[in-house]
Amino acid sequence: MRYVARVEVSLKPGHSDPEGETTRDALVELKYPIESVRVSKVYEIIFEAESIDEAKVKVEEMCRRLLANPVKDDYKYSIEEV
Amino acid sequence: MKIGDIRVCIIRVGGTNCDAETKRAFEDLGARASIRHLNEVSKRRDLLDYHILVFPGGFSYGDYVRAGAILAKTVMSRIGKEIRLFIDEGRPILGICNGFQILVEAGLLPGLNGISDYPEAALATNIPIGYRCMWVYLKHEGDGRCASTWLIPKGRILRMPVAHAEGRFILSSEKDLERLIDNGQIILRYCDENGEYANGRFPENPNGSLYDIAGICNPDGTIFGLMPHPERAYYGWQLPDWTRIGRPPKYGDGRLIFESIVKHVAKKF
Repeated sequence: MRYVARVEVSLKPGHSDPEGETTRDALVELKYPIESVRVSKVYEIIFEAESIDEAKVKVEEMCRRLLANPVKDDYKYSIEEV
Repeated sequence: MKIGDIRVCIIRVGGTNCDAETKRAFEDLGARASIRHLNEVSKRRDLLDYHILVFPGGFSYGDYVRAGAILAKTVMSRIGKEIRLFIDEGRPILGICNGFQILVEAGLLPGLNGISDYPEAALATNIPIGYRCMWVYLKHEGDGRCASTWLIPKGRILRMPVAHAEGRFILSSEKDLERLIDNGQIILRYCDENGEYANGRFPENPNGSLYDIAGICNPDGTIFGLMPHPERAYYGWQLPDWTRIGRPPKYGDGRLIFESIVKHVAKKF
């Protein structure tokens, strides 16, 4: 079966996000009175797996092995069959 | 071992830089250095023909995912076995800038529990944000156990340039920092020209690094990673003020790193 996973990797709460802060300042400059901006990265991954359970195991592995650094990143994902 | 017999493997992939300067530094000291593409080293499986392994600076694979992450995982997946043997035999590994990011992402540094499958530290986005290319002062904290700095007296102030956007060293917990300190793994800290620690202050600390950390080694002292570029401070004429100071030195402080690592190998093997 073919699956598509949308993986979102973001900084853990409490970790400073200089990119988000700089973006917030720029938006405030444009007169949007916003409180904060956090930046995250989204990966859309298309792959083959036998079942949805196997697909989840694979995505979990991808996140742990490459996409996220556990010292600073959190990740979440959704998987759909395509 | 004679210095002339020492073989240095400098790993190159797309986005590597300063590999030529690194090669020249080792050659100036009399060692035999080769710049090798990772594909070639993985195909020939000849890493163990070398005595020193270097991951130079740059932006390997475009710094995609995170700086150093892709090359780190690729190296461990392709030649992880040879790397483990290399480390077990106590052969030194040096990671400069992107090379330091690679060693951290590969789980080789800080190595608090040996080689880790997942990173135990991170080199996060600089605070203040931005790519910083500037000269900094560093205080040598090592007690002589680190293969790459053992010739440098403890407390000596070194001057080298940094050039990076992700150099803010962080750990998971305060406890890990205490372990690094207790193990004597913190080798270089950012300071001012008088040797006063930066205490997180910019520009002395150019990236907001925890505890002003600029370079660390593993508990055995054989693996060393640093954000500054010693190969860009090897010769006196690379110093930013060399035309203004009356009689510039022949060499810059960066030479001490290469000299330490080469003499360590000459002594040990």
